[in-house]
Amino acid sequence: MNKTSQIQFIVNGKQVAVEVAASEMLSDVLRYKLGLTGTKIGCNESECGACTVVIDGQTVLSCSYPAAKANGKNVLTIEGLAAEDENGDIKLHPLQEAFIEQGAVQCGFCIPGQIMTSYALLQHNANPEVIEIKEALKDTLCRCAGYPSIISAIQSASEKQCCGHAIEKPHVQEARDAGHMVGKSHIRPDAMLKVTGKAIYSDDIQFENMAHARVKRAMVPFAIVEEIDISKALAMPGVLAVLTAADLPFEKNHGLVIKDWPVMVAVGDKVRYVGDALAIVAAETREIATEAMQAIDVKMRRLDPVTNPVSAYQDDAPKIHSSGNLLKHIKVRKGDIDAGFSASNVVMENTFFTNRNDHAFLEPECSIARLTSDGRMEIYVGSQIPYDDRAQVAQVLGVPDEKVRIIGQLIGGGFGGKEDVAGQIHAALLAKATGRPVKLLFDRQESLLVHPKRHATQITVKLGSDLEGNLIAAQTTLYGDTGAYASLGDKVMTRATTHSSGPYEIDNVRADCYAMYTNNPPAGAFRGFGVHQSGFAVESMMDELAERLNVDPIKLRKMNALKVGSVTNTGQLLRESVGLSECIQKVEDALYEIAGDNPFAADQDPENPELVRSWGFAVAYKNTGLGGGAHDKAGAEIELLPNGIFEVRSASAELGQGLPTVLQLTAAEELKQGLENIQVLLSDTDLTPDGGPTTASRQTYVTGNAVRYASKALYQSMVSELSESYDISPDKIEFKEGCVQIGTKCISLAEISRKLREEGLIPKVLYVYEAPETKPLGEGGDMHVAFSFAAQAAQVEVNRATGEVAVLHVIAANDVGFAINPLGLKGQVEGGILMGIGHALTENFIMNEGEVVTDRLASYRIPSITYTPEITSFIVEHPTADGPFGAKGVGEIVLIPTVPAITNAVYNAVGVRVIALPVDQEFVLSEINKQKIIA
Amino acid sequence: MTIWKEYLLANSIEQAFELLDSVDDSTCWVGGGSDLMLEVQQGRRKPADRMVDLNSIPQLGVLELQDGCLLIGAGVPVSKIASSPIVKEHAQAVVEATRLIGGPQVRNVATLGGNVAHALPAADGMISLVAMDAIAIIAQKAGMDEQPILKLFKGPGITMLEKNQIILQFRIKQREKGEGSAFQRIMRPQGVALPILNLAIWVKRDKEMVLDLRVVFGPSGPVPTRASFVEAALRGKLMSQDAINEALAAITATVNFRTSKNRATAEYRHQIARQLFVKTLASAWERAESA
Repeated sequence: MNKTSQIQFIVNGKQVAVEVAASEMLSDVLRYKLGLTGTKIGCNESECGACTVVIDGQTVLSCSYPAAKANGKNVLTIEGLAAEDENGDIKLHPLQEAFIEQGAVQCGFCIPGQIMTSYALLQHNANPEVIEIKEALKDTLCRCAGYPSIISAIQSASEKQCCGHAIEKPHVQEARDAGHMVGKSHIRPDAMLKVTGKAIYSDDIQFENMAHARVKRAMVPFAIVEEIDISKALAMPGVLAVLTAADLPFEKNHGLVIKDWPVMVAVGDKVRYVGDALAIVAAETREIATEAMQAIDVKMRRLDPVTNPVSAYQDDAPKIHSSGNLLKHIKVRKGDIDAGFSASNVVMENTFFTNRNDHAFLEPECSIARLTSDGRMEIYVGSQIPYDDRAQVAQVLGVPDEKVRIIGQLIGGGFGGKEDVAGQIHAALLAKATGRPVKLLFDRQESLLVHPKRHATQITVKLGSDLEGNLIAAQTTLYGDTGAYASLGDKVMTRATTHSSGPYEIDNVRADCYAMYTNNPPAGAFRGFGVHQSGFAVESMMDELAERLNVDPIKLRKMNALKVGSVTNTGQLLRESVGLSECIQKVEDALYEIAGDNPFAADQDPENPELVRSWGFAVAYKNTGLGGGAHDKAGAEIELLPNGIFEVRSASAELGQGLPTVLQLTAAEELKQGLENIQVLLSDTDLTPDGGPTTASRQTYVTGNAVRYASKALYQSMVSELSESYDISPDKIEFKEGCVQIGTKCISLAEISRKLREEGLIPKVLYVYEAPETKPLGEGGDMHVAFSFAAQAAQVEVNRATGEVAVLHVIAANDVGFAINPLGLKGQVEGGILMGIGHALTENFIMNEGEVVTDRLASYRIPSITYTPEITSFIVEHPTADGPFGAKGVGEIVLIPTVPAITNAVYNAVGVRVIALPVDQEFVLSEINKQKIIA
Repeated sequence: MTIWKEYLLANSIEQAFELLDSVDDSTCWVGGGSDLMLEVQQGRRKPADRMVDLNSIPQLGVLELQDGCLLIGAGVPVSKIASSPIVKEHAQAVVEATRLIGGPQVRNVATLGGNVAHALPAADGMISLVAMDAIAIIAQKAGMDEQPILKLFKGPGITMLEKNQIILQFRIKQREKGEGSAFQRIMRPQGVALPILNLAIWVKRDKEMVLDLRVVFGPSGPVPTRASFVEAALRGKLMSQDAINEALAAITATVNFRTSKNRATAEYRHQIARQLFVKTLASAWERAESA
């Protein structure tokens, strides 16, 4: 048995004595025994740094630090940084204050680790240089990639600590037509909780009598299940329930669009990827659940896996689903493609390959399910689509939707990876079977194996133009690997296809995409949603064409750029809000100012001749909202609470992107309030109306609009009610901050709320916003309500001796319509660029015959702070009439041009055209060496 | 998922050996534990029943100059080595290597004792110690033993050290006039994100004459080895482009790089080895001049 011993140590200044098991790690003791859940576990493998605590002045990763070793030591966690003054008020540490002010906090999951690492740095080095900050934080990962803001926060805190300077405000461009609230920089409402370690994510919740679940995964890519023997597992002491597909009385599959994903694979049925669930276990402890899961014997007959979308399309490929391997053939047709190529003076074609990526959000999936006394199922989970979770859980349980309540928790990053069901259904089934609360927490390996990835895609682009560079025809052929199940594959690949000829006006377009099932992990939503893939292909091709025509690559894009009056390849007339040309111009001007007259020339470092630098350029566009004929709507409710605070409610998700701020500012603007009078409640299916999925860069637009209209309606209805109760003309009533001016008196909001309630009126409005109607692909007309546009230039440094590539500087311009929340927008822009750098240079989700090679965070490398380039960012605002204050989506566009800007820069530096992502330094070097031989 | 039954901290060598004796089998020494914990947690290494943490043993915490030698305790956290002025003065390759082990937090617990005992063929710290010709000072019940570090490896991940042996310290000769060392490595994040090649060089010069040198590439075989033909190409020669070219030719001809799937091909390793060699040699050579 695992022996226990008592250890004594100091935590945050207090002596504690605690009984620990021999194999227990310090993080578990802090989190689950001492309730100090500010210390997070992101990977449990010493890679991400989220669990960093300070022991005797040194940073340590508590997830792999045996608790027994802490005996006699002095441990400082995030909870111990802030002090309380004599009045019990919290006095933040300068680092905490600076992280808030600088906008360094996004999803917040990594923030305790970031702050603790920074704290130790400042203890040893009161005034660190940027390079020292990067060195100290290089293994404390932030997937939102607020690295630039983290760096400035540390510098600012250091200034305060050493020299008493006030914490600096960040330099953020305000919206052009800022209102009294919207368009100006404000700090996030949840930032305080996130910097103090008090923010609660799903795994931080404990219930009395809570059981722990594990899932038996197939771990083979393609097989027939012949037998599942759970007897040994069931017999183990501490095991409460073991369920298989045989225990599913109602709906047996889940899925966002097509229900083709088995909740568990039944005996006799097919395993279609390594992450398929075969059985689920609930036990007294996670350790017992794990042992029981391992004790389940499964017999499977293996089949030859289909691992590539092109081979999946062949007639003789084994069938993964009974319907075959083709999820969808997606077509775009405009003009006459043959005539277009005949009329072209130059025709070029190339084929590009984009790889699979993992979201690598730092918070692994966690669901807690519990039955309430009235027989309803409650699920605590960080989910991007709470109402869809509710429906999917209800169908498997065989109950009406109302019998299930999703209580959305803070989400430690999503990026599209928390749209599909992860553990929600399994936890609910086990809670029902055991009658106890059940927590199902994925470990990092499970997270990497199970949830949908970015589609690996093969894209052939053929462009025809005249001699000046006017595009005449574009033909693209895409094969998308949607993996074992549909997830959002149809939608993602549709977006890839419709965007595959770039943000250009071209008379003759033909695109064919084959979204294929394979035995790889499912592919689904991931920031950029297919457009990352096709953007890389078409923007690489544009540079190839520019070189062939001897036309400046920026000029080529300007000539063909979509503008107001253009018709897109799906037949949509763009009537407004096309800021692409301005984005291009902004980046071009900055580029020439920074890089001089010849930015695309190869620039050899005189001191290190193997280092060559150059710039590359790319543009992008991305739809806002679901579009394509989908009924795109969102509900929001606003109530003036008895305490005088307006509460905004919507079941739309906050993944770190800053939605609560957007909604808060929108309501504050319309209701003429300050931040302190507006609070936001999200993602509770009992308390908040359906905001739809948090996907497709849609929430600012749809839920933003819902909140805006709900605010206006509440304002109007309150004015008319008050006009009657105070018997005063409505034009003598005006909302002010914290009160309502009625005639000569300003009556507090709390008083107003009380008065209205006394009169039997609840000051509350529900508004369901419906986005303008869109047309399905193939019908012409408006396929989307709006598009965001962007241009970027990236400077790279290529090492000709090793093939290594580094990104030094990125200039970005994004047309977002209107910058409602400029500080949050800064985080999106910087984080998007960093994720683009990761996709271009480091991230490669490697498969081998259907098995996952990169099944640890140690092998799937996301960018650390050391990858942070210099960033020059411009916000361009071409408002869209129906957007809130003119705003369009921004979450995805920020990432899309980064990758081709980098690969185009690599070509300009060393003449190597990267056709497959990520940029492989081994490939780059071998291409450089081939040139030498030819030369 | 009980991964071990006991985690004990030994305060002295005697106590460590007592703990070893008091159970039949399955005791495992723990250095910093930064690799070991993960290997056991992830099921890549069978856990011992009893984990005995050696870091509190005073002899393992030594970091000092003694009798013309630099003594580095096997239990000193590598972050301390990386920032130590005496290590910088006498064994700069070790400083450069320890700066790159793991990440900053890992370096606060990782140790060179663990790095060597783990017996991986390309561990950064270990490679630098080989170039410095370090001697491992080993405690055993029968008394003390000393072994050149290269004698401690049986195969990849398999140490020659017996159960009843504990590395206490590494001893490196104090730097003399004309001596210098350097360490460099290269990653390929597009693979499985592990370093694909590292290199440590120690050199002794007299003006432009290469009096002696040691060159160690990792990984270049199942156990660490010195690139003796590369060394021979330069030893006793005047430093010149021709001499370097001969050394580069010797790398191509004699150093055994292999292709490891998802990390790097042998061909790529050979190409970057040349680059790494030129830069690391230049760095060590320059340091030797200033000594």
